[in-house]
Amino acid sequence: MRSLVFLLSICAVMGLAFWAYRENYRTQDELAEVRRLNREIQDLRESLSMLRAEWAYLNRPDRLRDLADTNFPRLGLLPLEPRQFGNVTDVAYPAIELPPITEPVDTVALNEAGQ
Amino acid sequence: MTRIPLRPLARILTARDKGENPDTIERENIRQRHEAMRDKDRTRAEGRLLLLGAAFVAAFLTVGARMGLMAATEATEPQTVSQGAAIVAQRADILDRQGRILATNLVTHALYAQPPMMVDPEGAARKLAEIFPELDAERLKKDFTGSRKFLWVKKKISPEQMQLVHEIGEPGLLFGPREMRLYPNGALASHILGGASFGREGVDSAEVVGTAGVEKTFDNWLRDPANNGAPLQLSLDLTIQSTVEDVLYGGMRLMNAKGAAAVLMDANTGEIVSMASLPDFDPNDRPAPLTKGDPSDSPLFNRAVQGVYELGSTFKIFAVAQALDLGLVNPDTMIDTKGPMTWGKFRIRDFHNYGPQLSVTDVIVKSSNIGTAHIAQVIGGERQQEFLGKLGMFEPTKVELVEAPTGKPLRPAKWPEITTMTVSYGHGVAASPLHLAAAYAAMVNGGTLVNPTILKQSHPEQGQRVISTETSETIRSLLRQVVQRGTATFGNVPGYSVGGKTGTADKPKPSGGYYKDKVIATFASVFPSYDPKYVLIVSLDEPVETSGTEPRRTAGWTAVPVGAEIIRRAAPLLGLRPELEPVAEAAVIRVRN
Repeated sequence: MRSLVFLLSICAVMGLAFWAYRENYRTQDELAEVRRLNREIQDLRESLSMLRAEWAYLNRPDRLRDLADTNFPRLGLLPLEPRQFGNVTDVAYPAIELPPITEPVDTVALNEAGQ
Repeated sequence: MTRIPLRPLARILTARDKGENPDTIERENIRQRHEAMRDKDRTRAEGRLLLLGAAFVAAFLTVGARMGLMAATEATEPQTVSQGAAIVAQRADILDRQGRILATNLVTHALYAQPPMMVDPEGAARKLAEIFPELDAERLKKDFTGSRKFLWVKKKISPEQMQLVHEIGEPGLLFGPREMRLYPNGALASHILGGASFGREGVDSAEVVGTAGVEKTFDNWLRDPANNGAPLQLSLDLTIQSTVEDVLYGGMRLMNAKGAAAVLMDANTGEIVSMASLPDFDPNDRPAPLTKGDPSDSPLFNRAVQGVYELGSTFKIFAVAQALDLGLVNPDTMIDTKGPMTWGKFRIRDFHNYGPQLSVTDVIVKSSNIGTAHIAQVIGGERQQEFLGKLGMFEPTKVELVEAPTGKPLRPAKWPEITTMTVSYGHGVAASPLHLAAAYAAMVNGGTLVNPTILKQSHPEQGQRVISTETSETIRSLLRQVVQRGTATFGNVPGYSVGGKTGTADKPKPSGGYYKDKVIATFASVFPSYDPKYVLIVSLDEPVETSGTEPRRTAGWTAVPVGAEIIRRAAPLLGLRPELEPVAEAAVIRVRN
């Protein structure tokens, strides 16, 4: 009985040691992966900030104004003016589409008949 | 275990034979047995103590060894916690109110040389001078062949230049990464942003510190890692700033002015939506400050904040507002305007002769110095000082710019009655356009003070009340009439109901006295006048309009058209829809037939 307990506990210790060993390596792999991802995030953030700077540089008002001037014949862009504001009430309702006339009624004839 | 009997029969019998007491044998045996038991217990206890001692020694050794190990190794940050990656740059970005970038960082490189490592110092010097025309080949040669161990060649180089330097193939030329402050919009809002430069420098990194403007005011905040890279959001609007600067520049050239300033401020919150000062500069390449001459001639000088000028007739509205608020006059009270008015050795004149009397409304509409001086006399010097002090006309503005304290208004030390009279029409007290903007905002927004700010505000703040709501309403109608039929008729912008007041002040000579042909023309305006959302101050330095037979210098001909154009262009961008002015409500009036 006693030797069986010993055997079992030795087996358990070995099993646990094997598990701990594997977990240790797995953790280290995961940590390396996290480090790699962090580096990648950092790189991406850096290029994002670079792209944002470039975007801001390309969208600087001076440049846009020059571009609008050069492309005036094609785009016809002008500074926003007060008269460009519209009113919702100024927009006409869409025309109601009438159903096709299937049975024409001769109103002239009706009028004549009535007289 | 064999037990020794306490009374062994053989010994007892022998003892009996000898006539001894056999009990002594028993006692002797008991004693021996007890001693044996005691010895056994002792060894056992000693063994236990030894074991315990060994365990303690082992434990202390383990703890000690671990401590030694921890003390000896370099500390490493725990890797699984990686929130620190959010900070890319050491200095936070600056954004406008819509989140567009005003200032950001760019990774670049600095070029340095270590002459002892050089293979061909002379060739390197020659080739470097070819790549960077501004470097002197002779000087570089002297540095490279001399006794220097280390020198900076260039602080910032572009990737193309870096590649060219790489191609020299000189092992003694090295690169250090640098974070560079970039202002992508160039000269836009240059006076507000200020600029940045390198602080302490190392090979691997350099500190970027603000040198002026918000960059310097918020230097610590921008560099604080605790903010986790949160950007600084200003109240400026990039589009509107660009429009204002564009129109102002055109106006400055058209009016032959040597400088110009404009402040566009939210009348209710005090947020500065746009602030321009011309001439300006590129903060990416900030010029050196002037070492001699007038600092106000430098493009670095922020006329809107630092430039304290006598702002002329724009001040009249304060005297009238105070008199109305105190109940001394009403808009229809007739004021004596017979000129010229003589006070001691001083004479006060009007631009034209306006006849013997004008109503308070017309004093403002026609901008009568004499009329305003009479109103100021009624108010009195003490109350006038108190009122102007409350409007912040004697203190530097609290705007978050490092230059703000240098824009301290000039006021006379003594305040005799003649000062009361001249100050009422804007002579004798000098203030910056920003002061005027804040004071006009307080006049028209219902009568509460605003604190000029460059930071985006989340909610309007109700300031201290300076005039009543009714007075504020009257002031708005007075300002509107100035544009409708007074000195600022060029300021009318259809759909936006502009109200405003002009001011033309002679420039003081440095030697004392005033120039005859140099003025500061100012237009202080509000729009829409029935419900003021924005206050715009335009100030031109030495403008002259030459389309007529003789040069015109008054604000009505110079600053007002520029201001009107700014409003025409900027108001739609501010999202203001052009509207018809509400007309006075129809009421039954009793008419006598």
